[in-house]
Amino acid sequence: MYATRTRHARPEAFAVRPSIAERLGLPYMDGTLGLSAIVLAVFSVFTLSQATAGDVPGDPSYFTDRQAIYAGIGIVGMYLVTRVDYSRFRELRVGIYTFLCVSISLVFVFGFAARGSRRAFDLPFFSFQPSELGKLLLVLALAGFVIDGARRGSEVQRTVRYLCLGLAPAALVFLQPDLGTSLVFVVITLAVMYVGGVPWMHFAVIGSVLVTLVTVVLVIAPAAGVPLLKGYQEERLTSFLDPAKDPSGAGYQQDQSQTAIGSGQLTGRGDHATQTRLDFVPERHTDFIFAVIGERYGFAGAAFVLSLYALLIWRALRIVTLSKNSYGTLVAGGIAAMLLFQVFVNVGMNLGIMPITGIPLPLLSYGGSSVLATFLAVGVLQSIHMQARLSQKGGFAW
Amino acid sequence: MYLRSDRPPARRSNGLTLRIAVFGGVALALFAILFIRLWLLQVASGEEHLAEANSNRTREFRVRAPRGEILDRNGEVLVSNRTSLALQLNPTKLPADEAERRRELRELAKLTHTTLPDIRKEIVEQQKVAPGAPVTLRRDVGDFLVYYIQENQERFPGVAVERVFVRRYPQGMLAAHILGNVNEVDEEELKEERFRGVEPGDQVGKEGVEDTYDHFLRGKPGLTRIQVDASGQPTPGGQLVSQSPTPGRNMRLTLDLDLQEAGDAALAEQGLYGGYVAMDVRNGEILAMGSNPTFDPAVLTEPSQKQVDALYRDPIASPLTNRAIAGAYPTGSTFKPITSIAALATGAVTPSEAIYDDGAFTLGGITFKNAGGVAHGSVAMQQALTVSSDVYYYTLGDRMYPGTKLQEWAHRLGIGRESGIDIPGELPGLLPTPAWRNELYREKLTDRPWSAGDNVNLSVGQGDLQASPLQMAVAYATIASGGKVPQPHLGLQVEDAAGRVLRELEFPSTRKVRIESEWRDAILAGLHDAAQSGEGTSYVVFGGFPVDVAGKTGTAERPPYSDQSWYVVLAPYPNPEIVVAVTFEQGGFGADTAAPAALKILSEYFHKEATRVESGAAIE
Repeated sequence: MYATRTRHARPEAFAVRPSIAERLGLPYMDGTLGLSAIVLAVFSVFTLSQATAGDVPGDPSYFTDRQAIYAGIGIVGMYLVTRVDYSRFRELRVGIYTFLCVSISLVFVFGFAARGSRRAFDLPFFSFQPSELGKLLLVLALAGFVIDGARRGSEVQRTVRYLCLGLAPAALVFLQPDLGTSLVFVVITLAVMYVGGVPWMHFAVIGSVLVTLVTVVLVIAPAAGVPLLKGYQEERLTSFLDPAKDPSGAGYQQDQSQTAIGSGQLTGRGDHATQTRLDFVPERHTDFIFAVIGERYGFAGAAFVLSLYALLIWRALRIVTLSKNSYGTLVAGGIAAMLLFQVFVNVGMNLGIMPITGIPLPLLSYGGSSVLATFLAVGVLQSIHMQARLSQKGGFAW
Repeated sequence: MYLRSDRPPARRSNGLTLRIAVFGGVALALFAILFIRLWLLQVASGEEHLAEANSNRTREFRVRAPRGEILDRNGEVLVSNRTSLALQLNPTKLPADEAERRRELRELAKLTHTTLPDIRKEIVEQQKVAPGAPVTLRRDVGDFLVYYIQENQERFPGVAVERVFVRRYPQGMLAAHILGNVNEVDEEELKEERFRGVEPGDQVGKEGVEDTYDHFLRGKPGLTRIQVDASGQPTPGGQLVSQSPTPGRNMRLTLDLDLQEAGDAALAEQGLYGGYVAMDVRNGEILAMGSNPTFDPAVLTEPSQKQVDALYRDPIASPLTNRAIAGAYPTGSTFKPITSIAALATGAVTPSEAIYDDGAFTLGGITFKNAGGVAHGSVAMQQALTVSSDVYYYTLGDRMYPGTKLQEWAHRLGIGRESGIDIPGELPGLLPTPAWRNELYREKLTDRPWSAGDNVNLSVGQGDLQASPLQMAVAYATIASGGKVPQPHLGLQVEDAAGRVLRELEFPSTRKVRIESEWRDAILAGLHDAAQSGEGTSYVVFGGFPVDVAGKTGTAERPPYSDQSWYVVLAPYPNPEIVVAVTFEQGGFGADTAAPAALKILSEYFHKEATRVESGAAIE
């Protein structure tokens, strides 16, 4: 059906010599989406340049330079993905899924351990964390499986199949151990299933199973003397409920983070910031970068960043509705959920209303894997947008 | 399920629209939560968080103030300060790991020439006294140790070398009981109003003048506030406030160094446990006061409590006890002037009434004898004091029975009560009364109730009576001054470091006792003859003294020990300026040990007086 329309539109394209913008595909992209992602990355580099100057002795721009390079590579990657028809990924779903599971598994063999957890490969100039890219890969593969299996088996069978497909990589990541990322995997799985139309009743059942599971893991098992989570994991997950309980332990980080953000007030403390400058807030260039923004640039800066994320997610949701096919709808939905969950959990953690899970703030937290994966995800969204616009416009062969 | 294929959703099913709407709603809600929380943190309670962040990044260090000096009345230094390098350990900063901690403590033990158990004990002990304060492991550490610790700081977390002020006693053991000592404030003291502003680990006065005048001597610590990072390390250029400490005020005491030296020497010479007081009769200024055995106050500045414990533990010698104010002894015949006042005031006798002394006094079948059984014949008050006739005073004691007139007058003169001298540690002693003994009798703690015999015993300072040299000095001064009870004191004035007087301390007499001049004259005349007429009891000691004095010996039975020796003397007669009271445990007859010691003190006093008058005359 499309083919006809496309072929029909073709002569027009030849009639007028396309402009450079047209050749680059810019008119078919979602400008707001792309710009908000780029602005966030630029803001990240800017913040790092101010906040981490003294972190690496002898190299004041260590983090800044690297983050700028990651962002540059990410933007190029985003553009390239934009120009790929995302529907190809549906065909490659088995390959993608296999690559996802293997790359995560390889970390157990070749990965280097940092703070008791193996989650990344040490490449010559870059340590690559497969689970970061894995988030996007899971969205692409799982959406493909959902579309593919839409007519096979009963609804219950399908739900169980999707759950197994999604939870297998999540379990691998959990074992690294990386609780935060594995939670992102779970959320992606549920989101794709949700957009894919799994009955509400199934979610109700999954929800109650989850609640039971959490109760067992956090309350019943420890009480019975069988700790399922590592000590620090459990502490992190529960300490946010009462950060003052152990101000020098897990609660300390959140206490300090809240103090940092609060002290920024309306307009921020700029270079007079002390909480994030004098090491009171840990991991200030990664997990707690939002605290740096809150303290340095105040409510103005933090609200600006949050607004950019809101913009990003609004555009992602809009793309869910625009997509020319169901695969695009599912992929966009998964990516939107992935971004929303990460932003909410990370910022919530900085603000002291969510537990510490080590989930980076997309595009802002320092780290190549995360920045690159997020840009590629935005690229996929752009691709969905572009394909939809092209199909509406009536054809473009490339 | 609306999803059946990958066909383009030409007409979006209601299911998907609803789901996307719900998705959008959730996203909206989550962002709303984040924005509200952000607003609450930064705008609604931003001020609090800013204050919290500021207190987070700053650490305050107290800079100790040097304590004021203690001077004698002529400005001679009794107590000053020296600085010392002290090795201090903050126990909260020790490694959490038990093996690590053990290693560090063992190394410290080696460096300070002690053992691991000793160090642990020291930490526990000092933490008990001042919880949370750094523990001083050793004072006066050498340069080598300081450099070693500083160069290997990472191996000694929590260890610091601090420059501290330590009390210095240029006069050695002189006046040790008066000066008191300085130590870390304890928990109980921190609750007291007078120690407001003092923090754990601060030094405060303990005992003696250091305790009483602590608020003058203490000074005000300075404050340095610096910016630190999360690990507590100072950040470059982060000194925010610096307020230098205010040194403590100097205290000038009423003590006269020379007289104190003479007194302490006179006491030590006898080698007996005892105490003495030399007080200005007219205003209660303590010119000298001492107790034997004594101690070296410098020992109490040592961080280790071992030597201090040794001082406390000897119950017999009890060197820390100030026998001049906390000694409680029967006074023997030195009590007779007090009995005289009581008898005269109650009309039991007149100054001129003669009582026949045949050497013994019989009461209810019990015979009380004069010392040595000597008969003095017919004696009036003056003569009775001169020869120390016991029979005369037994008679007065009997005449004042029943009743408590004797006790009432003794109490008015300061017996059985604290004088209120401005150092802690004074004991009231015991003035036996019928009520007191009858109470004991009721509780079956004694075999008999109060009887006339008790009154008779009290009239010559025997029996249950217990008094201190200070109380006797106050009683004699009161008689000599015609009834004005002096307020004994040691504090004279508060000065700044340059010697400018900031405050004169006033100790006005608060009580007056009715003493007719006729009574006073008779008693003083009797005491004068007792010291300096041929038949007087202390003529052997004071007979050749160039200044007229009025003094009384006392020899008190103090079973199971041998006799307590007393001497109380007023000089010059007839208008006394100074009263000296001396007592020795097991010193025998008053004229044997106590009187010679008193003579030495008075010799120094009048020698000094004479040189002062001479040099004054020379200038004229």
